[in-house]
Amino acid sequence: MTTQPAPAPVHVATAELGVTAGAAKARALASLVSRSGAVAVLVLLLISGAIFDQGFIHLDNLRNIALSASYIGLITAGMTFVIISGGIDLSVGSLFALGVLTSAFMSEYGSFWTIVVPLLCCAAAGFVQGAVIAWLRLPPFIVTLAGLTGIRGVVYYITDEGNLTPQVPGHKAFENLGQGKLLTIGYPVWICLVVFAVGWWLLNRTAFGQAVQTVGGNDTAAELMGLPVKRVKLLVYVISGLTAGLAGILTTASSGGGQEARIGDQYELTAIAAVVIGGTLLSGGVGSMVGSLAGITLWFVISNLVTQGLQFNAQDQLVVSGGFLLVVVVLQTLLSRRAAAAETH
Amino acid sequence: MTAVTPDDFTSRLRVPRIDLEWVRDKGVYLALLALGLYNVLFTPHFNEFSNMQLIMKQVSAVLIVSLGMLLVIGTGGIDLSVGATMAIAGSVLGLAVSPGSSVSGGMGLSLSIAVVLAILSGLVVGLFNGFVVGVLGVQPIVATLSLLVGGRGLALVLTSGGLVQLFTPGLTKLSAGNVHGWPYVILIALALVVVVAVLVRRTTFGYRLVAIGGNRRASVLAGLPVRRTIITVYALSGVLAAIAGIIATARLHSADPSYLGIGFELNAITAVVVGGSALSGGRVKILGTLAGAVLMQLLTSTLASHDVPASATQVIQAGIIVAAVYIQRTSRSSE
Repeated sequence: MTTQPAPAPVHVATAELGVTAGAAKARALASLVSRSGAVAVLVLLLISGAIFDQGFIHLDNLRNIALSASYIGLITAGMTFVIISGGIDLSVGSLFALGVLTSAFMSEYGSFWTIVVPLLCCAAAGFVQGAVIAWLRLPPFIVTLAGLTGIRGVVYYITDEGNLTPQVPGHKAFENLGQGKLLTIGYPVWICLVVFAVGWWLLNRTAFGQAVQTVGGNDTAAELMGLPVKRVKLLVYVISGLTAGLAGILTTASSGGGQEARIGDQYELTAIAAVVIGGTLLSGGVGSMVGSLAGITLWFVISNLVTQGLQFNAQDQLVVSGGFLLVVVVLQTLLSRRAAAAETH
Repeated sequence: MTAVTPDDFTSRLRVPRIDLEWVRDKGVYLALLALGLYNVLFTPHFNEFSNMQLIMKQVSAVLIVSLGMLLVIGTGGIDLSVGATMAIAGSVLGLAVSPGSSVSGGMGLSLSIAVVLAILSGLVVGLFNGFVVGVLGVQPIVATLSLLVGGRGLALVLTSGGLVQLFTPGLTKLSAGNVHGWPYVILIALALVVVVAVLVRRTTFGYRLVAIGGNRRASVLAGLPVRRTIITVYALSGVLAAIAGIIATARLHSADPSYLGIGFELNAITAVVVGGSALSGGRVKILGTLAGAVLMQLLTSTLASHDVPASATQVIQAGIIVAAVYIQRTSRSSE
């Protein structure tokens, strides 16, 4: 649903000069906030955390935050593509579980299959959803809602209704992927950063990225321009499947298996929240990878500050996170509305 | 198109043309009929009244939530916070009836006051959603998503994260009692169906709701009170979710803020969509939603009674959701 700009006031002529200056200001402010708001808040939080909370700035703590954020971080990277293309992917939590469980099952056949099979499964699931959305033109919300249910069903099916929790027999190379460290920081964090870098490059420096943004802005116009709209829509869901699968593989590698079939429940909500906090509009067309990275980091920094620093319970942390999301989206809406209202003059 | 003569008109009134279009329009009822017939013939113990009672009890809460979701979806919005609202209502109910000696923060109030408080808590959540969506203009998905996250947190904070056991006789009666075999809870749900039907089909509010969902911009320009209608719709969704929360709490004999209402938002959306209402708004099918909720519940219990694993049931449900939307999409584009 689109927000309605406020009806333009009648007395335009009287304040024309002032309004144009105001419009430019409002537009600049809105784009600044949506582009760098999350980064700015993140920096502010890190600084205040460092000042007021002795434990927070401890390197071990920061490493832990980065590591725990890296898994949903990967999912967030894929979700950013989907949302910029004007869609939404509710199935990522289930896809993540599919990645976790298939990699654990494949681990007895060697590291290669442990990585390839989950990626193939998740990409295939993303492909099917993307194909239904692009060619049958069904709403993404419904298709991926069905995906959320159906793929979770598949996960329960392969784990004998959730009774199997496959373990990873000692595969040094594979477990090293999740547990190894480079410059004292875990591999999953590096992998997550690399994926975001590649995502940034794809989105901002390639024809595909331009096409994703154009399709998200107006898919009819994109079609008329001769862009391969269907292929673009298909690909973003494949990307989302791949990143969710990769997050699953890394989770299995770092935990050594033993995960239950219900893992990843509601991860889609965290990923969507992070993307929105990062300044990407749910209506599509506009968004940034850097914002999403800041968004997911913020989500985990806040929960760390609230539970560790302020010694709040897990339930208080939910309230704070939900409240924070609300403040961010309200601010975004009000600012972009002001910019839109100013532009109509 | 040729002119419609009075003859054409009366003949259409008498005999509905049974073609593909008709089948598409009535798909959910046909599916429900087929599934019901299959059960009557092939499912052991299906015809026993106790089984019917069980299905009616199981479907009540999700049906009530679906009604609220239907109103919200009718305006082109969506309410992801209904499950969290159920949990909040359950926690409020639990705290209000429990004596302070057994539960910290317990108020030991009478059941009727506790129920009113629980419904009021749903009203507050709904009003808040309505304010954020209608007045501030935030997209419904994110606005209600923040309450999905924060609302469950609030419910947990209320009960200090724990489960409140409830053995209030009134609540037991609510979940187990019946009138001539009809469980109280399904009677409440059906009464609410009637209330919502009257609201949508017989009041100005209902016409406004459908108009806003059909074309919001036109509704603004036509001078309809769009904001007020949207706030009312979310408030009703909150109240209905709270009633469902009370019923679910009574059924569990406890207020369980960690799990009460989890996934209900998706079940409710499924019931609405399978029932033939458009997710984009403007098409509100009340009987369809009732049929959609019953169909999904009946499907679950049918597959369970034929020893189909729960995992396969989920996959089949996913297929039905996509099929239902696909059928409706093609029917609208061919109109």
